[in-house]
Amino acid sequence: MMWPQRMELVCPAGTPATLRAAVQAGADAVYCGFRDDTNARNFPGLNFSVPELAEGVRFAHGLGAKVLVAINTFARVGEVDRWRRAADAAVECGADAIIACDVAVLDHVARNHSGRVRLHLSVQAAAGTPEAIGFYARTFGVRRVVIPRVLSVQEIAALNRAIDVETEAFVFGGLCVMIEGRCYLSSYATGRSPNLNGVCSPPEEVSYDEDADGMAARLSGFTIDRYRPGEPAGYPTLCKGRFAAGGKASYLFEEPVSLNAGSLIAGFKAAGVTALKIEGRQRGKGYVAEVVRAFRSAVDAVEAGGDAVEIDRLLAAQSEGGRQTAGAYRKTWR
Amino acid sequence: MPPFALTLGPVFFHWPAERLADFYRRIADEAPVDRVHVGEVVCGKRMPFSDPCWPDVIERLERAGKEVVLSTLAAPATVRERRSIDELCGDGRLVEINDMTALPARSGRPFVTGPFLNVYNEVAAAFLAGHGARTICPPVELSLTAIGGMAHARPQVEFEPFAFGRLPLAISGRCYHARLHGLHKDSCQFTCEKDADGLAVDTLDGQAFLAINGVQTLSNQVHAFCPEPSALAAQAVRRLRLSPHTCDMVEVAGIYRALLDGRLEPQEARHGLSRLDLPGTMVDGYAHARPGWHSVAAAG
Repeated sequence: MMWPQRMELVCPAGTPATLRAAVQAGADAVYCGFRDDTNARNFPGLNFSVPELAEGVRFAHGLGAKVLVAINTFARVGEVDRWRRAADAAVECGADAIIACDVAVLDHVARNHSGRVRLHLSVQAAAGTPEAIGFYARTFGVRRVVIPRVLSVQEIAALNRAIDVETEAFVFGGLCVMIEGRCYLSSYATGRSPNLNGVCSPPEEVSYDEDADGMAARLSGFTIDRYRPGEPAGYPTLCKGRFAAGGKASYLFEEPVSLNAGSLIAGFKAAGVTALKIEGRQRGKGYVAEVVRAFRSAVDAVEAGGDAVEIDRLLAAQSEGGRQTAGAYRKTWR
Repeated sequence: MPPFALTLGPVFFHWPAERLADFYRRIADEAPVDRVHVGEVVCGKRMPFSDPCWPDVIERLERAGKEVVLSTLAAPATVRERRSIDELCGDGRLVEINDMTALPARSGRPFVTGPFLNVYNEVAAAFLAGHGARTICPPVELSLTAIGGMAHARPQVEFEPFAFGRLPLAISGRCYHARLHGLHKDSCQFTCEKDADGLAVDTLDGQAFLAINGVQTLSNQVHAFCPEPSALAAQAVRRLRLSPHTCDMVEVAGIYRALLDGRLEPQEARHGLSRLDLPGTMVDGYAHARPGWHSVAAAG
């Protein structure tokens, strides 16, 4: 296996302005998508037109950064060409890699653009075993897999010993509790899902309803959480809600936390991880720039042999505010 | 018009071996289904409990003329789980693949893809057919029209919509039964065994919503898609899947058999199902390209 010289920091770019901010803050690579349902962050006001992507690639390449284009929803029946054209457009724009999960997209890129663009397997493909990853590598020439958020750091190390493609691990940002690409909770409640529409718990289905007990945050009429009068209300993401089961109310699936695996960067390096990914294409450029700067310095410090205390100090500002977890990277999360 | 076939999917829940043996004995003797899936799909930790019962179950089902399919895990992780998939894929019987882990081991020989594998379009269906897929049970969120789009484009593969049962909505690395009981997955004490149809998850306002089954999340409501046979035929669909619950599955199979034979109207079939001891109210939104919890047939 090729051991990377230096871990790559892969950063979110929801807009052209965020792309520039992330690159200037030290991203080795940015990832982005087109302004439609071919990508899993299909939100109003986000994403790139084809000319914007071409310009973004020129900007990033000018500063030595790569651009990875996410075409990571599943193509609809009878509309596969739209997903293929998105891949073609990404290649025309000079993208360094396409991040895909659907066999239809992987097959198209492998057949038509081999040698011009790398294929990365999206986390939405949920490939977490040597057999599955090996299959995608042999069949489509996939060069990197974004690993499902199921494995502990030790298991990632074992996986890396068993495969000969690169791995990319989420290190910071939003956290899916379910195996991504295998979750239909959103379409069950709202009719729209990550796999089909590139959205989860979409804002147009959200309501905040006040009553005598306080406020209910609802999604398509289903109460996802309740707040006492004056208590700050969160966004009703399905898997981060409070529910009643077995006679008790609890955050049954996960608390309203986000992922912060900053303290595990050295562990990821030792586990043979090639790239660390920051989630948050829906985030503004100020936030992205700040997070990227902090993780840039932390990754550089790890590469230079810095100790845990120094890494914690560099990332301290990113640990404030909302509640955080290292998720499945620590085995006790299960 | 050629006849429609019925499949009994795998049991998602942690039923004790004796319960499984009793269940399949009755299915073998009485249920009008053509094909029966056996094996653990949700959690590899349960396999040591159920594994010993399968040889007798399979023998009994085959003696009764059922086609047996060996289902495999949806989210294999450990070496032992991966090995189980490899071994099952070597069997001469039909195998159900629920994760791409199984594909290299089974490629070139016939298999079924379960609802955990993402087959969303005709290109993916053709790709899998090229590797040996004979029947595809698509993701539950796809409508009958979307499934029909694939079926018309790929007549060499058989499509099997998920028609009855709590909908398998998500799978996780985390065990929610363990979490609810203050435990971790690695020392879970198998509390999921207490909930033979899954444990109901209600909203804080008392709305029935979801159900948990270890690492799996299902709908609380029971998907009960009862189409006119002609509506299935129009979408080139010739087979439906029924998912086992503790209610009388022989009766469920009988109702669907009568529906597909034209002996029961859809409304009568739904009425028959509603009289059984179902774990939730009946819905069918997904089949109609609506949110899964909607009940389109009841409204119409």
